Amino acid sequence: MAGITAYNAYIPFFRLERTRIGEALGSLGGKGTRAVASYDEDATSMAVEAARPIAGQGGFDQLLFSTAAPPYLDKTNATAVHAALGLPEEVAAFDFGGAVRSGSGAMRAGVQMGSTLVVLSDVRTGLPGGADERDGGDGAVAFLFGDENVIAERIGGAAATAEFLDRWRIPGDPASRQWEERFGEVAYVPLAQAALTDALKKAGLTEVDHLIVTGVHPRAARRLGATVDDLSSVIGNTGTAHRGIVLADVLDRAEPGQTIAVLTLADGADCSILRTTDALASYQRKSTVREQIEAGNTGLDYPTFLTWRGQLHREPPRRPDPTAPSAPPSFRREHWKFGFTGSRCENCGTRHLPPARVCVKCQATDQMAPERLADVPGTIATFTIDRLAFSLSPPTVVAVVDFDGGGRFQCELTDVDPATVKIGNRVEMTFRKIFTSAGVHNYFWKARPQGRANVTEKPNQENV
Amino acid sequence: MASHGIRDRVAIVGMGCTPFGEHWDKSVDDLLIDAAGEATASAGVKIDDIDAFWLGTMASGVSGLTLSRPLKIDYKPVSRLENMCATGSESFRNACYAVASGAIDMAMAIGVEKLKDSGFSGLTMGPPPNDGTSATMTAPAMFSLLAPAYSHKYGVDENEMKDVLTRIAWKNHYNGARNPRAQFRKEVAKEVICNSPLIAGQLGIFDCSGVSDGSAAAILVRAEDAHRYCENPLYVKAVSFVAGPAAGPISPDYDYTTFTEVTRSAEDAYKQAGIDDPRAELAMAEVHDCFTPTELVLMEDLGFADRGTAWKEVLAGTFDLDGELAVNPDGGLKSFGHPIGASGLRMLFECWLQLRQEAPADRQIKSVTEGGRKLGLTHNLGGAPGECVSFVSVVGSEPSA
Repeated sequence: MAGITAYNAYIPFFRLERTRIGEALGSLGGKGTRAVASYDEDATSMAVEAARPIAGQGGFDQLLFSTAAPPYLDKTNATAVHAALGLPEEVAAFDFGGAVRSGSGAMRAGVQMGSTLVVLSDVRTGLPGGADERDGGDGAVAFLFGDENVIAERIGGAAATAEFLDRWRIPGDPASRQWEERFGEVAYVPLAQAALTDALKKAGLTEVDHLIVTGVHPRAARRLGATVDDLSSVIGNTGTAHRGIVLADVLDRAEPGQTIAVLTLADGADCSILRTTDALASYQRKSTVREQIEAGNTGLDYPTFLTWRGQLHREPPRRPDPTAPSAPPSFRREHWKFGFTGSRCENCGTRHLPPARVCVKCQATDQMAPERLADVPGTIATFTIDRLAFSLSPPTVVAVVDFDGGGRFQCELTDVDPATVKIGNRVEMTFRKIFTSAGVHNYFWKARPQGRANVTEKPNQENV
Repeated sequence: MASHGIRDRVAIVGMGCTPFGEHWDKSVDDLLIDAAGEATASAGVKIDDIDAFWLGTMASGVSGLTLSRPLKIDYKPVSRLENMCATGSESFRNACYAVASGAIDMAMAIGVEKLKDSGFSGLTMGPPPNDGTSATMTAPAMFSLLAPAYSHKYGVDENEMKDVLTRIAWKNHYNGARNPRAQFRKEVAKEVICNSPLIAGQLGIFDCSGVSDGSAAAILVRAEDAHRYCENPLYVKAVSFVAGPAAGPISPDYDYTTFTEVTRSAEDAYKQAGIDDPRAELAMAEVHDCFTPTELVLMEDLGFADRGTAWKEVLAGTFDLDGELAVNPDGGLKSFGHPIGASGLRMLFECWLQLRQEAPADRQIKSVTEGGRKLGLTHNLGGAPGECVSFVSVVGSEPSA
């Protein structure tokens, strides 16, 4: 059976301190922080960020994307992730949508199918002042399953499935509903115990080095004796993504030859038992979960958080709303819009962003080769802070970015404190949702400060 | 292949210009009728005497019908042109060529824009259907890119730069205060300009041109016919227009401290007009001060100051009304207002007044009345730094010897 050959988590930059909720609403806000997807992020864009470092040029058969917060229904979201990763057409892409349990299913499918990229992503919302808002978190994680260079293999697993009404949401509602907490605890605990016991038995183990317990019912989960911090105090419960993010954190620290149980309580329970291999010792990571947690920005205020999640409708500038992108040009330029693929003149080597047919330098026509620049860093040539432009989080920061090795593009800067932007600052590209208009999410790329772990910024939180 | 120019072959024999501002009580039709009426009266001709019309408007109407319908034009050619903020100048340029070619005897160039009916702040041009990958930027944001780049290149610190930009806005308000047709007719204290709410980058409200309604028109004939209509016509010395490859936003060699398009169109215009030293030869220049950093950079691109020195010249008052070379003596886009399609012709209208010594006494340029200078320049651009269209004209009160 296939195993995990690569993994990477994405924890968005911003954190909401839970005391800020209490301060604003005059209630108990709770302790710690939750991770917050920025105003220009959603489950799809975060999935791209999680998968970018490990997706490479493809080389696997399918992409499975799982979220309980799909930006689109009736249209596959995995195709946008596929396009943004610049994957070849022959790689299939499917959504595993709708519920937190889908994440367990996508992981199970990945390991059994092999040659699969699984991406789990979620934006957890709740009504202001509620437990879901406070205890939820946003994030994404990607795992590559294959047969070669396996760093963790699955040595057993089990499920316990049951139908009961603990947590649910009608499509379109801003928040989920939950039955009385005590009821769920009674329903979940025996199911989870059964899945864990069964999985250990199948793996031929009586105990594991790391027991991860996640799920939609924290009170029940606490009864299972987890030996691993579930990170909920710093990033919150990231729903569909959570079992994967906590697993990534464990893989960041685990030694070769260790056993890990991943037990998730969601409409029943699902348990996987993994054993790390010798290959883990030499596994190269872009950044660890802890590094991303450390780099988080806690400057986010509660009104801004509510605005980002659509819970606070603020006065827009006296400007027209943005126009939704049109389908035919978006399709014609898919590799540019989603893949940030420009062109390079084969005659003189000049890079063009967006791709051009006639070279700006030597005027050669139709002598261009495509070139993806999504992973090429750049330097700010000049910039401005636009306080008049339409944005969910004004002001808009726009920079002219000169890419290493040639090419220039003018785009928005994100995850940045406008006061710290300077000519010469280093930036890297990030896939974002520019805006949503007329029911269309306009996905494209922005720049953000490079090497986020070393950056301390404040979010844009000025009034319109 | 070359630009030969039409020096002294075409003359302006009449002009009109409505007040610019918030004309809540006037339609596009009203503004066109008013400007055309003033222009024809000034030349002593009737609409029927005009053989062809060039109407410039960015978005206040489409086709020649926008002009022929309100003026009830009697089955004549009417072209409607658009070239972004240089639209008015473009209607003038095309009308000049038609007259110079001999195809017609008399042309009208007219521009109009009605911006205040939209209900929005600033310009609101909707793009054609697209893939949604262009950065959302307002006009002030695009032009604000010049300021930090200029500061960085020439070692001007942020506060000095703010003083320079403030000085430009202050000067244009000073001039506009002496212009009864201007949108903003008050001098504004430098402290007020400097402390106005920020719009984009370093630019505050007072660094931005006025959003307004207005119209302006010119009547053109062949130079040899000019004195049949006018004792003191203006002669067209040069009309130059360029659109570039829009290389700035995609080429790292562009440094956001110049408009290559302006440099190129100015070179062409000076060659057509036979000008060697514009700063010494011109009496005045009406330039496209859409935002204060634009005017700063234009002083270098148009050859009025050496590279990296315009900021010092601005502070020294070189371009003041009583300075060495008066720039935007009518208040410019800043204070006169910027109804897009009309602006290029409004600039010519100030040349018309100044070079013929008909400007109000408190803003009449001394180098015309006392210094014997006879040439005026208008400059109009559309687009953004690194990707614009640029127009330069030179007009003069005497034909060359």
